[in-house]
Amino acid sequence: MSSKIKALKYNGKWDFSPSIESLENISIQKEYQLFINGKFQKPLAKKYFLSINPTNEQQLSRIAKADSKDVDLAVNSARAAFNGQWSKISAKERAKYIYRIARIIQEKSKELAIVETLDGGKPIRESRDIDIPLAAAHFFYYAGWADKLNYAFPNRNPKPLGVVGQIIPWNFPLMMAAWKIAPALATGNTVVLKPAESTSITALLLAEIIKEAELPPGVVNIITGDGSTGNLIVNHPDVNKIAFTGSTDVGKSIMKSISGTNKRSTMELGGKAANIIFQDAPLDQAVEGIINGIYFNQGHVCCAGSRLFIQESVYDVVLRKLKDRMQSLVIGNPLDKNTDIGAVNSKQQLATIHKYIDIGLKEGADIYQLNCELPTSGYWCPPTLFTNVSQSHSIAKEEIFGPVLAIQTFRTTQEVINKANNTPYGLSAGVWTDKGSKAFNLAAKLKAGVIWANTYNKFDPTSPFGGYKESGHGREGGVHGLSPYLNLE
Amino acid sequence: MILDLKTKVDKLGIEDRVSRITKRSLKSEAKLQGLKMILSMIDLTTLEGMDTNKRVEQLCYKATHLHHEFPDLPNVAAVCVYPNMVKTASNFLKGSEVKVASVATAFPSGNSSLEVKVQETKEAVFNGAEEIDMVISRGKFHSGEYNYVFDEIATIKENCGDKVRLKVILETGELGDYDHIRLASEIAIKAGADFIKTSTGKIKPAATLPITLVMLEAIKDHYYNTGKMVGMKPAGGISNSKLALQYLIMVKETLGNLWLDKHWFRFGASSLANDVLMQILKQKTGLYQSNNYFSKD
Amino acid sequence: MSKRIKVLKTYKIFIDGKFPRTESGRYYQLKKDKAPIANVCLSSRKDIRNAVLSARNAFESWSNKSAYNRSQILYRIAEMMEGNKNQFIEELVHQGEDSKKAILEIDHSIDRIIYFAGWPDKINSIFGSVNPVASSHFNFTILEPMGVVGIVAPEENSLLGLISSIIPVILSGNTCVAIASETQPLCAISLAEIISNSDVPNGVVNIVTGRKDELSPHLAQHMDVNALGIHIGKKELKNQMFFQASNNLKRVVDVSKYKIEDSSFESPYIVKKFMEAKTTWHPIEKDFSSTNNY
Repeated sequence: MSSKIKALKYNGKWDFSPSIESLENISIQKEYQLFINGKFQKPLAKKYFLSINPTNEQQLSRIAKADSKDVDLAVNSARAAFNGQWSKISAKERAKYIYRIARIIQEKSKELAIVETLDGGKPIRESRDIDIPLAAAHFFYYAGWADKLNYAFPNRNPKPLGVVGQIIPWNFPLMMAAWKIAPALATGNTVVLKPAESTSITALLLAEIIKEAELPPGVVNIITGDGSTGNLIVNHPDVNKIAFTGSTDVGKSIMKSISGTNKRSTMELGGKAANIIFQDAPLDQAVEGIINGIYFNQGHVCCAGSRLFIQESVYDVVLRKLKDRMQSLVIGNPLDKNTDIGAVNSKQQLATIHKYIDIGLKEGADIYQLNCELPTSGYWCPPTLFTNVSQSHSIAKEEIFGPVLAIQTFRTTQEVINKANNTPYGLSAGVWTDKGSKAFNLAAKLKAGVIWANTYNKFDPTSPFGGYKESGHGREGGVHGLSPYLNLE
Repeated sequence: MILDLKTKVDKLGIEDRVSRITKRSLKSEAKLQGLKMILSMIDLTTLEGMDTNKRVEQLCYKATHLHHEFPDLPNVAAVCVYPNMVKTASNFLKGSEVKVASVATAFPSGNSSLEVKVQETKEAVFNGAEEIDMVISRGKFHSGEYNYVFDEIATIKENCGDKVRLKVILETGELGDYDHIRLASEIAIKAGADFIKTSTGKIKPAATLPITLVMLEAIKDHYYNTGKMVGMKPAGGISNSKLALQYLIMVKETLGNLWLDKHWFRFGASSLANDVLMQILKQKTGLYQSNNYFSKD
Repeated sequence: MSKRIKVLKTYKIFIDGKFPRTESGRYYQLKKDKAPIANVCLSSRKDIRNAVLSARNAFESWSNKSAYNRSQILYRIAEMMEGNKNQFIEELVHQGEDSKKAILEIDHSIDRIIYFAGWPDKINSIFGSVNPVASSHFNFTILEPMGVVGIVAPEENSLLGLISSIIPVILSGNTCVAIASETQPLCAISLAEIISNSDVPNGVVNIVTGRKDELSPHLAQHMDVNALGIHIGKKELKNQMFFQASNNLKRVVDVSKYKIEDSSFESPYIVKKFMEAKTTWHPIEKDFSSTNNY
């Protein structure tokens, strides 16, 4: 490409006017309590923490903080419900409760989407079109398994484990709650779930839905709190299984805590996925896949395609297309229906992202950031990429969890397989090529739990999701998502 | 020149990109600006077997007098007719900004000899056509005779002369895969097209958002390879403003500011204009409009 | 004030999402204790013909819907039935059933629909497979719907029987033409009304009423029907259908082998009976470091 040809301009002639989602019928309570034994109750030590809107740093609500007595209460309720009603009703009837939850989520989807955006900072278009529908779909899918477990496990008599403790992250709050609660209930377990501190509200709205669906008290308990609350759940002697999605570091400490106990576990941890573009890939669509892989949801995705590998012969073209495509990304008020990239979830996370950007610069990589106006309050990071990155750079090794892409090149298939696998993580990977047999070869060789060929960041309740190595163990989704919640001996 | 299926297009990927584009929300100022742009980009078209001089004259009048209440609205870009109506249109539109476009080359099938097609083109140009909308030979394309398709376009371009712009209709509804549409786009562009156009409007499917995106990407790659701009025109099946605005957003996000101009982007449509006028009026007054208040020409 | 006169219901058949009368114009009368309770369409072979045409036209888009979508539509049928329970109970009683049994039958029917509504997006997880062939190929087997299925519903348990005949067939993407119970046809038409209210596309389910021995040969011999699911008591008629179906090798499932009143009916194996297995091969490029000795 001749350097004399001017780059195309995408802004300034016809720009979007604000298209803000109305907050008319939405009300967020001033204070939220713990949901234990079918009722909302105040935390015994009467402690609360604040929920902040990351768009403007304003307070949204006060959330109850569960401490050890509250955790005990919740686990005891879950145990009583497990020993009582939940195990006594037929699987068919259990299914009907779960179907109810799915349908009510669908009825309330707009409200849930808006609250999700206010609480976590993700664009309304994403919460509306992806988070909430997938949450409903997970409940709908697993409801259908409740009375069919015998078919999923030939020659086995599957039995539930008992009380499961579940701890979920802040990047897809309601969706993560669905991924955890739905299979647990379908398999006959009862639940104590702790949402992430910075995004508790939609989990509490889910608690209201569970109440509306008339689930027997204690079957699902939702207790809000911080890391210490999580620890209490992990260490509680009457919890039979821990399901955790979050950082690899916390995952490791949980595994340490439960070592030597009989507790079962599933861990869905961090990642540093390789997204690989071959020269015969459909390049424009691959670029869309790159963007989808790292910039949507502000890069707060465990399976984000954060390491881009471009086959050297098409490096210039792909980079040019990538930068052009970035110009059309809209960063700003997540309540605006045109926003592509919303606010970074919290002050801490923004600090982490900035730290890595500094490291990247210090290590000698070249930076490119979208030149855009950022709001004056709130937590924001424009889409960023680093070129001239090598395998040993920290930004190519460590999970940043933000809209920051590290770009490397490769020449042959074998080379990129080695580089892609050369990481302690193994959650996901992307492969872009026109050749089916090459895609299947990469799929066979890449050590990751989810391989996306000619697509990226696709999720479905029927499709198992989970990682290799330090990205965790266990799978969520599909038939495979049932066994972690069952005793199959 | 070696012309072959080189650039890959992933259908699902294209459709994913389009679905993101259709979720864009246009309100107030941005919407009004978009609607006015659309008006200025319309090629008001009449291509019926039963076209008459009076019919064409009425259309030309509409082209220059869209709505009496809003004189600040732009005129449409062009009027598009069959070659035997060019003189009528040209006489009527003398002195106005609105261009006279003529279909040619045995439109819509393209199944005639090269001599006949050249003759038709020359006559249309002679009678005052400022733009020629030609069709490619789909039969030859499917037989793999890509060089024939190329040469034919280049010949017609030659016979247009310097002052007349050539739009090349690919008839995407007959081409098959997106890969084929990409190839046809590249052939037309390399052979000298000033515009590549989706359809004749005579068969279904006519223009669609995904097909248009494939063509816009071909244009973009050509720009970055050579520095040259080529225009694009989706035609047929775009009868409401909402859809037209989605096309325009797609242009904006793929090619950017330079193409948001009637010199480089057109809509081949007939009833679209009235719907745009209704939407403009709705934006200005806040009231939903009725068909009865807009002339049906 | 004079007594309010009830509006009597006209029982028509259900083809292509609409409720036409039989094109033959014929009827037969349903009697209870010698008093007429309804005039039921005596359908003809032309109705069968129209129904099969409609089912064939509906097949492509019904089978192309996502499994999740079909699940939701089936669940909606259950939602609609739950809301209309009383209508069904009345009709069952009208046809001579004991009211307690009627309530049980409708509850069982709704629950059975919900059971099967959970299968569309799980069938291939159970019965599909990735096959570890010896050559370097990615090889997978999936089950697909067959096409148009002809159904003969059981005489007794008219509602539960009809639902049990139809739902397992359509959940995987098949479309169907069902011949309802001859002696107890009323619920069939009410079921059709529910189905047409439930986002089920036109033509996916078609229901005709009439003489079983007159209508069933037309289904059994129709060259554009891919399979039959039959629940026939009379051995001769059943054998005749098997015989006639062999003219284009329809797959015939003898549903009477399964106990409809029993919960053992609820299983994915009956769904599998109306599906075909397709196996696909695709090469996996291997680097020169691996070997495949033939």
